[in-house]
Amino acid sequence: MRGISAEEISKAVGMAVIEANTKLPEDVRAALQMARIQESSPSAVHFLDIILENAQIAVQDKMALCQDTGMVVAHVELGQEVHVTGGGLEAAINQGIREGYQQGYLRKSVVNDPFERINTGDNTPAIIHIHLVAGEDLRITLLPKGAGSENMGQLTMLTPSAGIEGVKDFIIKVVKEAAGNPCPPIIVGVGVGGNMEKAALLAKHALLRQVGVPNPRPELAVLEEEMLQKINGLGIGVQGLGGNTTALAVHIETYPTHIACLPVAVNLGCHSTRRIVVEL
Amino acid sequence: MKIVKAPLSREDIMELQMGEEVLVEGVVYAARDAAHKRMVQAIQAGEDLPFEAEGQIIYYVGPCPAPPGRVIGSAGPTTSGRMDAYAPLLIERGLRVMIGKGSRNQTVIKSMQEHGAVYLAAVGGAGAYLAQKIVASEIVAYPELGPEALLKLEVQDFPCIVAIDAWGNDIYAR
Repeated sequence: MRGISAEEISKAVGMAVIEANTKLPEDVRAALQMARIQESSPSAVHFLDIILENAQIAVQDKMALCQDTGMVVAHVELGQEVHVTGGGLEAAINQGIREGYQQGYLRKSVVNDPFERINTGDNTPAIIHIHLVAGEDLRITLLPKGAGSENMGQLTMLTPSAGIEGVKDFIIKVVKEAAGNPCPPIIVGVGVGGNMEKAALLAKHALLRQVGVPNPRPELAVLEEEMLQKINGLGIGVQGLGGNTTALAVHIETYPTHIACLPVAVNLGCHSTRRIVVEL
Repeated sequence: MKIVKAPLSREDIMELQMGEEVLVEGVVYAARDAAHKRMVQAIQAGEDLPFEAEGQIIYYVGPCPAPPGRVIGSAGPTTSGRMDAYAPLLIERGLRVMIGKGSRNQTVIKSMQEHGAVYLAAVGGAGAYLAQKIVASEIVAYPELGPEALLKLEVQDFPCIVAIDAWGNDIYAR
């Protein structure tokens, strides 16, 4: 058994949310740089230059990359040999977010209730998914997810006869309908299989994967590449203003499913998809 | 590059063409979902708006808090489509320019054609960069809305692209 104090967790999460919101992940930055080289539309090149300069300014000035500093999704891998001391794990994560968003001058974007809609004032609560794993480590992946991209995600319950073509058509439909709203160039997270909530979780999890790392299953890696080419041929472009850069990557994750099911969820990440891993 | 600066007349608006890059200067009002809801409620109740909309510019933004020594925190555009339900009433009151990101619906575009207004797209997700183009910020109304309060901003060299012009040409419909 290994003890980790709630205070230690809060501190680490607090520092991590500030870093996540001000420092664009290197893989995303590199993908944007590559897109800028390959882009042919002058307006899109100009906007990509501004996006890349924005990442530099954010780091230098410790300013949030985007004013939408998101509602935080925390993906927790908790070693079953870990004992959290001095408070609950979820409370510790929320306390870290509270401190980080205050100290980092980050926007508080969470309301207390979908109908009442009163700002909670500290960007909590987070959305926390906990998985028990072997070992005595605690690993928390934080994704401060903006609403511009989150609002454009969709889920559908296809039936098996729709097959892979049905899945492809749905991905394209979602990206087309999202158009310029999710702040392209986007990362397209796709979850296929499981059931309704599993597909949605897979799609979110797909956004945590590094850009440039394909699915380890060759046939899915091929499908990811095929979908990326198709999406970049749609002409939506940077910020929806046209051009050949609509997506930086398509990440597909799958799970076993029911004999009668073919659920598909698409969760979109913006060009400023921010994520950070806390390891304790 | 053309400069867009309030107050703007209908003639000024007619000179702006879809697809051209422009720089916004001077006063813009910052408002998003909750402030729009309040303004439209005020109009419907026959009350005055917190500012005179005639000839003015609204920027759809809810900024981050200002760090010490800064005028404003990160301040890029939010998705404009969520303001579509409110925009026509403000355009009827003389609003000339909206700044945001993403497409607009046909009701807004028709209203823009009828009254002479343009929609400019700023770079979504470039909040740190755009904050550097904002030189002054003060709360005008609804401080209780926090990040959604109505602000009066002053901007310099604020880069945008004309996304929808007053003839109804729409960059998103190409």
